[in-house]
Parts: sequence; C-alpha cells; structure tokens
Amino acid sequence: MIRVQLPAHLRTLARVNDEVLLDVRGEVTLGAVLDALEDRYPVLRGTIRDHVTHRRRPFVRFFACEQDLSHDPPQTPLPPEVIAATEPFLVIGAMAGG
Amino acid sequence: MSGVRVLVGTRKGAFVLTSDGTRKQWNVSGPHFAGWEIYHLKGSPVNQDRIYASQSSGWFGQMIQRSNDGGKTWEPVGNKFVYDGTPGTHQWYDGTPHPWEFARVWHLEPSLTDPETVYAGVQDAAMFRTTDGGQNWSELAGLRTHPSGPKWQPGAGGLCLHTILIDPSNPNRIFIAISAAGAFRTDDGGKSWKPINRGLKSEGIPSPNAEVGHCVHRIAMHRSRPNTLFMQKHWDVMRTDDAGESWTEVSGNLPTDFGFAMDVHAHEPETVYVVPIKSDSEHFPPDGQLRVFRSRTGGNEWEPLTKGLPQRDCYVNVLRDAMTVDALDTCGVYFGTTGGQVYASADAGDTWTAIVRDLPPVLSVEAQTLK
Repeated sequence: MIRVQLPAHLRTLARVNDEVLLDVRGEVTLGAVLDALEDRYPVLRGTIRDHVTHRRRPFVRFFACEQDLSHDPPQTPLPPEVIAATEPFLVIGAMAGG
Repeated sequence: MSGVRVLVGTRKGAFVLTSDGTRKQWNVSGPHFAGWEIYHLKGSPVNQDRIYASQSSGWFGQMIQRSNDGGKTWEPVGNKFVYDGTPGTHQWYDGTPHPWEFARVWHLEPSLTDPETVYAGVQDAAMFRTTDGGQNWSELAGLRTHPSGPKWQPGAGGLCLHTILIDPSNPNRIFIAISAAGAFRTDDGGKSWKPINRGLKSEGIPSPNAEVGHCVHRIAMHRSRPNTLFMQKHWDVMRTDDAGESWTEVSGNLPTDFGFAMDVHAHEPETVYVVPIKSDSEHFPPDGQLRVFRSRTGGNEWEPLTKGLPQRDCYVNVLRDAMTVDALDTCGVYFGTTGGQVYASADAGDTWTAIVRDLPPVLSVEAQTLK
C-alpha cells in the first residue's frame, strides 16, 4: 500500500480525516499514484492536475522523502521508502497568499 | 408564512441566511466550504431546495457544489470545464494574443423551467451548460467563437462572463455580459450570439460604433419586461427598451455613475437600484457615505437611500453580483460589501439593517423567496 497525505482542503473534499492508503498496480510511479488517487476519489479530479493535460496545478507540489518531485515526469518511480510504506507521498498546497 | 433565504458567497466560504416573511430575525448558517472562494450561489426557480454553488481556489481549481435541501448539505458534482475544440486566443492587457484559459466559474444561472439545467459564466469568458444537475458541462461555443472573440480584452478582474439573464417569455433568448467585451444576446438558445453594445460610449474607445470592448459591469431585467434591460457600465448607467439593439444613458442626477451592482424591484419594473462608487481608481462610496440610489422612473431621477446605512467613514465596495431582491409583497432588497456586511431592506430600500457585519469580503448575494 502507498501512503498519501493530502492538504486539508482536499481531505475535506475526499471526506477523509487522515492519510489515504492506495493499492497501486504495477510500477509505483508519480503518475500511477495520482491515477490511483483519482480512481479512488473521483472528486479530486481537476484539483491536483488538469483534467485533460494532467499537468500539475501551479500551486500544488509533490514531495517524498524530503525530495521535491513536483517537476518530475509522471513516469518517475517513487522512492523505495514510499513503496515500502515507511514514508508517505505528500501532496502539498504551496504556501502562497492567504 | 413565506420566508426568504439569502445565499451569500464570500472570499472564504458560503453563508446561508434565512428569515420568515417579516425579515426581522435571521438565522446564519456557515461557513460552508470554509476557506474557499465562493463566487456565486443560486437556487433553482422551480425547486427552491436545489441550489448550485461555484467553489474555487487558486490552489485546487474549480468545484461545483449542489444542494438538494436548501443548503443544509452539499455534494460536489462535475468540475470539468473544457473549451470546445482548440480555444484560440483573445487579447491580453498589452494587446498581444493570449490563449483562452479556464480560471473559474463567476456566475451560475439555473434554468427557469428545469432544475437540472444550469448555465455557467466563466473566466476566460465563455458560457457552459449542464442538463444533468451539474455532473457534466459543455460549452455553448458560439459565444467564444464569435468573430469578435480574438479582440476581447480582460477587465481588471479578468476576462469574465459575469451576468446571465434568461428571458422568461422566450427560453431561447439569453443576455450575457463580459468584462470587458460587452453585452451579447442569443435568440437561438446559445448557438449564435450577437453583440448588443450600440449606444454605449466608453473612454478609451474612440469609435462610438465599437462592436465590443465595453466594460459592462452588470445588467438587470424585470421578468415582466424582458426587452428592457438596465446596465451598470464601468462608467454610466444605461437602459435599453429593445432588447439591447440600442442603449441610452440614464445616469441622471447620480453623484457618480461608476459602480458595479444593480437590480430591479420585484414588482415595479421601472424601479431600479444602484450603488454609486466614487471612481475606477477609488472603489468606495463617495464621501465615505454608503448610499443606495433608487429610481422609480426607470432611470435619470435618482434618490439616495441612507437610513440604516453608514454615512461616515465607510470605504467598502459592493461587487457586481452582490445585490439582489426578493419577491415578497413588500420587495426586499439586499446587498453585500467587501467589508463583510450584508444589508437588508424589507421596505424596498427605505430603511436598512445589517443582517451580518463581519463576514469575509462578499462576492455575491442572491435571495430566494420561499413558499
């Protein structure tokens, strides 16, 4: 299972209170985790990345194991610690404005 | 007894204010969608418990929320707004071509006959429609692809389609307004659109016959006279009696004819309300006095309405979607300010009281007259 931490507003939309646990089939890449997240919680479609282009929204960032993965392509494999579920994959709302 | 539900969209959430027909005591519910910008909420005219809300965020984009119980509970519905085909470009502020990019839904206008059908006015300016209660949205692309589209430029708040008026006598006729392209009309249910800006004069547009480019802030209609529209333009209060074919100025004795919000009395089609704002560079009331102006003559002759409104040191703004009326026997008038107050008048504007004083900046106010 992959642990995913969402920002507060997206937890509210998804109606979850804590980390999300996802079963990701095949290679655990950045794109595969986001696909699995949106399959499990369709309400999040369009909130993290564009509906059509799948480009990350500008004020959303991705982190794991203290690495910024925001600019990495979707086929980027996630770190072994994330795959082993000892570390979460973080979706962050960028700190910008109030 | 009948009552009123006032739907308030703010920079940081939505609020639902309810009262009985006396409109003296109010119950305040909210914030709903706390922390999100709620540009607009509006109820279906044929199902008062069906309400739609536009929820947006610079971080997480657009959501559409729907309530089936008058705003007590909500469910997210479709948020996929994709322009039809290759969007092309409009003009940017510097005159260069700029790709059409969806930013948010400014205004939701439910159908007058079907609670599942809603029109959405969006930024960058375009019109979308759902016929399944908000689950799926498709563009009425004839508007954006009008030949004048590449010449449209954004106003200071963006290239936004902010006003939608459906003709009660002809559902195929819809009026819309875009900052800063102008007003448009369709007579075929949204397939094709015609600019209706003849007679508007705007500083910076040398040609009095310019088809587009006018910064229309708001248009309003009385349902019994759908060919008569009132317009608060960037500067100038205007009126048409031929469905927009020609406009004449009715600013008359207003202290300033700049402003954003306006509406028409529910039972008197010649009674109009505006909130004059000092200027386009000073978005607050003249002299620190918050005054609604009412004309009972369809414009030109205006009287200030001040009882209950702050008459000193008031420097709030009233945005374009933040004024509305109810349809009780004595028409109620409501408006919200960027200072977080929502003012109500249960006597058609003669006297005012603040229902709430300390909300986040108010973006929109809509009233539902409850049965």
